[in-house]
Amino acid sequence: MTRKQKRLGLIGLAGIVLGAAVGLVLYGLSSSVTYFQSPTDIVAQQIEAGQRIRLGGLVEDDSLDKSGGSVIKFRVTDQAEAIPVSYKGILPDLFREGQGIIAEGYMDGNGVFIADTVLAKHDESYMPKEVYETLKEDGHWMEEEQAAAAEQSSNVN
Amino acid sequence: MIIELGHYALILALVVAAVQSVFPVWGALKSDHRLMGMAPGLAVLMFLLTCVAFAALTWAYLTSDFSLLNTYQNSHSDKPLLYKFSGVWGNHEGSILLWVLILVLFGALVAVFSRNVPQQLRAATLGAQGWVSFAFLLFVIVASNPFERISPAPLQGSGLNPMLQDVGLAIHPPLLYIGYVGFSIVFAFAAAALMLGKLDAAWARWVRPWILVSWIFLTLGIAIGSYWAYYELGWGGWWFWDPVENASFMPWLTGTALLHSAIVMERRDALKVWTVFLALLTFSLSLLGTFLVRSGVLTSVHAFAVDPARGLFILAILLIFVGGSLTLFAWRAPLLRQGGLFAPISREGSLVLNNLFLTTACAAVFVGTLYPLVLEAFSGDKISVGEPFFNLTFGPIMVPVLILIPFGQLLAWKRGDIWGVAQRLTSAFVLAILATAGLVWFMGASTTSIMTAFGFGLAFWAIFGSLWEIVDRSQVFKIGFARAMARVKGFPPTVWSTVLGHAGLGITVLGIVTTLAFESEHVEVMHPGETLEQNGYHITYENSWTRNGANYQELVSQYTLRKGGNVVGIMEPAKRAYVSSGMPMSETSIATFGFSQVYFATGDTDENGGIVTRIYFKPLITLIWIGTLIMSLGGVIALLDRRLRVGAPVSARKRKAAKSAIASAAPTPAE
Repeated sequence: MTRKQKRLGLIGLAGIVLGAAVGLVLYGLSSSVTYFQSPTDIVAQQIEAGQRIRLGGLVEDDSLDKSGGSVIKFRVTDQAEAIPVSYKGILPDLFREGQGIIAEGYMDGNGVFIADTVLAKHDESYMPKEVYETLKEDGHWMEEEQAAAAEQSSNVN
Repeated sequence: MIIELGHYALILALVVAAVQSVFPVWGALKSDHRLMGMAPGLAVLMFLLTCVAFAALTWAYLTSDFSLLNTYQNSHSDKPLLYKFSGVWGNHEGSILLWVLILVLFGALVAVFSRNVPQQLRAATLGAQGWVSFAFLLFVIVASNPFERISPAPLQGSGLNPMLQDVGLAIHPPLLYIGYVGFSIVFAFAAAALMLGKLDAAWARWVRPWILVSWIFLTLGIAIGSYWAYYELGWGGWWFWDPVENASFMPWLTGTALLHSAIVMERRDALKVWTVFLALLTFSLSLLGTFLVRSGVLTSVHAFAVDPARGLFILAILLIFVGGSLTLFAWRAPLLRQGGLFAPISREGSLVLNNLFLTTACAAVFVGTLYPLVLEAFSGDKISVGEPFFNLTFGPIMVPVLILIPFGQLLAWKRGDIWGVAQRLTSAFVLAILATAGLVWFMGASTTSIMTAFGFGLAFWAIFGSLWEIVDRSQVFKIGFARAMARVKGFPPTVWSTVLGHAGLGITVLGIVTTLAFESEHVEVMHPGETLEQNGYHITYENSWTRNGANYQELVSQYTLRKGGNVVGIMEPAKRAYVSSGMPMSETSIATFGFSQVYFATGDTDENGGIVTRIYFKPLITLIWIGTLIMSLGGVIALLDRRLRVGAPVSARKRKAAKSAIASAAPTPAE
């Protein structure tokens, strides 16, 4: 084989491998990514039961119900809508009411989100980015100074 | 005083880096020996100055000096000594200082050990290393200075994140950084070769030890990080395809490709331009990883407290170095002399395939990691790309790699005989089939899917196929056992390094396949005295009690693990509450049986004394990490290869030959 033929062969082979990889990647991106949704999105979009999504928001105050043994129930809210969540497993250490979390799972047919993974922040100064941004966009996020100011003004009143 | 001394040393290091960036390179381009001669001294000086800075910060942590903002925010006087020490890099500022320390350490190592490298190349390399050092020293001083004071000094610090109060923090980041940052020197060698326009097989021989060292540490760093996440996070997972994990995995993939292409370059003077490209690419990916981890653009378990200004600064460094090196490459690479030719079916050909698949796999990981960012920027949709995507893309790309490994090892250089190799591998193939059948039978034939059996087959093929090289080379079936053993003893180290590297990969794959297919998870509420039967074990929850630790209080729950009536383990998972921060933290309890593990974590208690208990059964999971250790050992043996040893004295025979050459061809100019 001449130099040119060898080079063409190599380029051809690389093309086949890369082409196959591009195909796999495109197929993967169309079939196996999970969309992040806020409770409002879920109510508004009527998401198909069984489709995998990530639900993000704050754990609603007084919504945590541990009476079901290893099945834990709580509600995730973006202050506009709230979605009931059912989760079998151990909650992350920093899971608390009023805190931002991300739950991964799917909606069952009855409007309950069945979570198989619950992620909370890993330290006190960290909030899942998606949750933070969604809350901020919807005007429900208060920066610390704002929150402090709000608290003070309510004290004055 | 000590703090200010450290701060001052750091600023001096920046000045030295500036000098280092300009004069040695200028000297190399103009062949000025005095300017070139500055490089090693400057590199060592810069290292010493950074050492002073790092020691000063460490001193602040060890003595709990809370007049320093960094120690106040991240330390506490109650912390055990080990965590005071490792806490130095348990935060953004300290860890980036460690990053810089390792960066300048590599410069100093090249200055001291690469004496056999021609002066011109060495000076240009250290100059290029100076650019990276300058950029990162500037970043530390301007945007993440660990030496900022606060006044008045608080009496107590706010403590280190409990998740980091573990021996894992002492080991994982330094190893990972040595790997990550070590590729900077490889990058510098590549940039130097491009600047000087000289690239030959000898270049590969000088660079290969540095590739190997970085690769070994990166492999160990990733593996230890994985084990740390596995026992610390309490989810039983060992790899999450988290953006930050991917960020360290991408340079590992291209670094592994580089390791192999450099062999072709050294032996056959081919793939030269490609090797240089990989060297630039690998460090670019290291920089990308640093950016992803520290900018907070991606959601990850590794999030540092985020400051947008820092993200922008690192993004600027990333763009300058990636853009600059690619421009240099585009401009200078066409001037390099074309490399040698080889037949497609040969050792070189198989190494080209290895490179093709590894870089393609890296590209798939790259797309999966960055696609959410791109999509969000353009459409506002927030998505996460997780395990399903990577299993679908990365998995299939690795299949041909595992199939081809044993062939590549046995193919001859220049022109190989694929059918001959296939014949020589028949026995290894039969062994792999037998081992697969045995494992399928052992795990239960009815529960093993075809895909799992195929995975076992691939893993055993990689293991037996690569080990077969020893049998094949020893010619034990032709010359008998005793003479074969003598041959085995005489093998060059490269044989062992290849065999261990590849067999280690097979062992890791075997662990991954078995764990994925047969792991099981059970979550139950258990009451004291309650016994559970699961996977052939009887698990009894005994009771719980509180225990005081160094800087925490924990609720310990005790379980007895029985098999066939015998007690095989006492498990004591705990839930800790740290005194300084009040942060809760789960401690898992793991029992190892052979290569398999049983893993316990506890959750909340209910009113009736019940406790949520999570039990995982992880068959053969330790093989995942054992395999990576074997791979790294392969790397260490490759380093022992005499031809590669940096600064190795010339062998006696060569010296003699050189002497006689001098004697016959006098007068000779002195070196």
